[in-house]
Amino acid sequence: MIGLGLPRGFVVTLKNFIRPPVTEQYPDRHVGLLGAAKEAGMNPFQFLVKKPADSLKAIAGLATVPVAVKQSPRFRGNEFTYFEDRCTACASCAKYCPLGIIEIVSVPGKIDAQEGESYKLEVFDIDIGRCMFCGLCVEACPYDALHMGTNFERSKYVRDELVITKEELFDAPKRPSAFYRPQFEEKGFDPFKETIEDFHDAGRHEQKTYDELKKKWVDER
Amino acid sequence: MAIKTQPVTVNLGPQHPSTHGVFRMRVMFDGEEIVDVEPIFGYLHRGSEKLAEERTYTQIITLTDRMDYVSSMLNNQGYILAVEKLAGIEPSPRGVWLRMIASELQRIASHLVATGFLLQDLGALGTPLIYAMRERENILDLFEMLCGARITNSYLRPGGVFMDAPDEFWPALDRGLDDIVNTIDELETYLSGNEIVFSRTKGTAVLPPELLINASITGPMLRASGVDWDLRHRAPYDYYDKISFERILHTASDNYARYWVRVQEARESVKIIKQCIEQIEPGEVRPSFDEVPRLIRPPAGDAYAAIEGSKGELGFYLVSDGSIAPYRMHVRASSLINLTLLREMLIGGQFGDLFVTFGSVDLNMGEVDR
Repeated sequence: MIGLGLPRGFVVTLKNFIRPPVTEQYPDRHVGLLGAAKEAGMNPFQFLVKKPADSLKAIAGLATVPVAVKQSPRFRGNEFTYFEDRCTACASCAKYCPLGIIEIVSVPGKIDAQEGESYKLEVFDIDIGRCMFCGLCVEACPYDALHMGTNFERSKYVRDELVITKEELFDAPKRPSAFYRPQFEEKGFDPFKETIEDFHDAGRHEQKTYDELKKKWVDER
Repeated sequence: MAIKTQPVTVNLGPQHPSTHGVFRMRVMFDGEEIVDVEPIFGYLHRGSEKLAEERTYTQIITLTDRMDYVSSMLNNQGYILAVEKLAGIEPSPRGVWLRMIASELQRIASHLVATGFLLQDLGALGTPLIYAMRERENILDLFEMLCGARITNSYLRPGGVFMDAPDEFWPALDRGLDDIVNTIDELETYLSGNEIVFSRTKGTAVLPPELLINASITGPMLRASGVDWDLRHRAPYDYYDKISFERILHTASDNYARYWVRVQEARESVKIIKQCIEQIEPGEVRPSFDEVPRLIRPPAGDAYAAIEGSKGELGFYLVSDGSIAPYRMHVRASSLINLTLLREMLIGGQFGDLFVTFGSVDLNMGEVDR
């Protein structure tokens, strides 16, 4: 009955026992004295002398350092990045959403609004309490105004706080995901390190010069 | 001297860690022997087929992700093939290769999960499951690179995929394939020769091939009984006719055979992906929006497309009335149909084999109840 199968299996488990762990600690990682000193930016002896309490803690294995999570640039996080200057309030995203959780109310900015001019946006709410982050709204956006975000730490105690309002979208740091936005990958944009300040950089098209724009909008009509 | 026993009815589930979701079995025992089994399901019913009737063809992709949630890419592929057949869409070659790579990766992940949980049900608490899940994690990382999500991918679109693979995907895929082969080797050294696995799984829950065919069971369960039926070979969809691969067959039709077929199929999937990498060429990944608009209006009619899913034939039947949403969608869920022989497998067996047999069917309750 008992043959070589069981010992061979134990060799495999032994190999796995001594290999480095693959588990990623989040949000903090326990470090020893060396890691804590490196985090504080000094060498271990300095750290021992200058911060005896912290180094005792580190030797006891209680010191922690925050960990950066590995994410791919296309990660669909649970927030959105929005460039109001690019948005014309066409509501393509609201129409394309499978769950209908995007609410848009817009009014013409003035009475004789021309083609190409953007509407005044009154309400732009995304109820991410019901959102499944499929990214179809981002795919539908013809002007690259709405992007998926990369942050995922957005848990709240109250459901109502899960609604992202217009103001929150305006003020949020612009860290768009490269999901359905190949221009970010071409530029080598890293959403985890940098932000996009200028809305021109978020577009998929080359920015046109004034003459080209005038030719398109004025001379050809 | 025989002990006089009385049949006892025991209710297993719906909240039980070994039922792979919310599944309930009313089992009648006589001592250790199983006398009767009544499967009760429907606890995870979300009405996906009904919900599909009020969504456009692109929006339904997100529903198919959530049917069999350990093989979302395969569900996407089955649905997309049905839409392409219904609307007469000619897919882009690069998109087809990409979705074949994605779905074969998903098949490996699904088989790894099936193997891990089978061994977990067998009593190998933790270790094989963790090894299998560790490898699945690498595959999910590849999916995150491709489409930004790990489980609910929604990567495929009618006519291909929504976005080309990033540059860092290809070296990561090469590394990942080597890792997968190593893990399968490790898993096989660890399990395929293990005497405890042998004694627990060999000769239990044997089903004759005739019964399997009559119950229209497909997938690894059917191939474990020696019936050569693989849709990738019998009715090639996508570009499977340009791929050569070996059909894995076993004749024992017991729990060990089902486990063995899954492990070997994962190996074959690695070979298929390598052939796909060789044959893929640069180009567009989906037709332009002039050819395939965002809002598809297929002509009135119906279409059925089936793929070889990780659990069997996964078919999507769509009826169109010419509007933007299907009139009716029906899913041939392989998990549900594979469940039909559970009673025949279990009756006469021992209590200890109940969950092993259940695990060897490789069910996914999300697909059974939809």
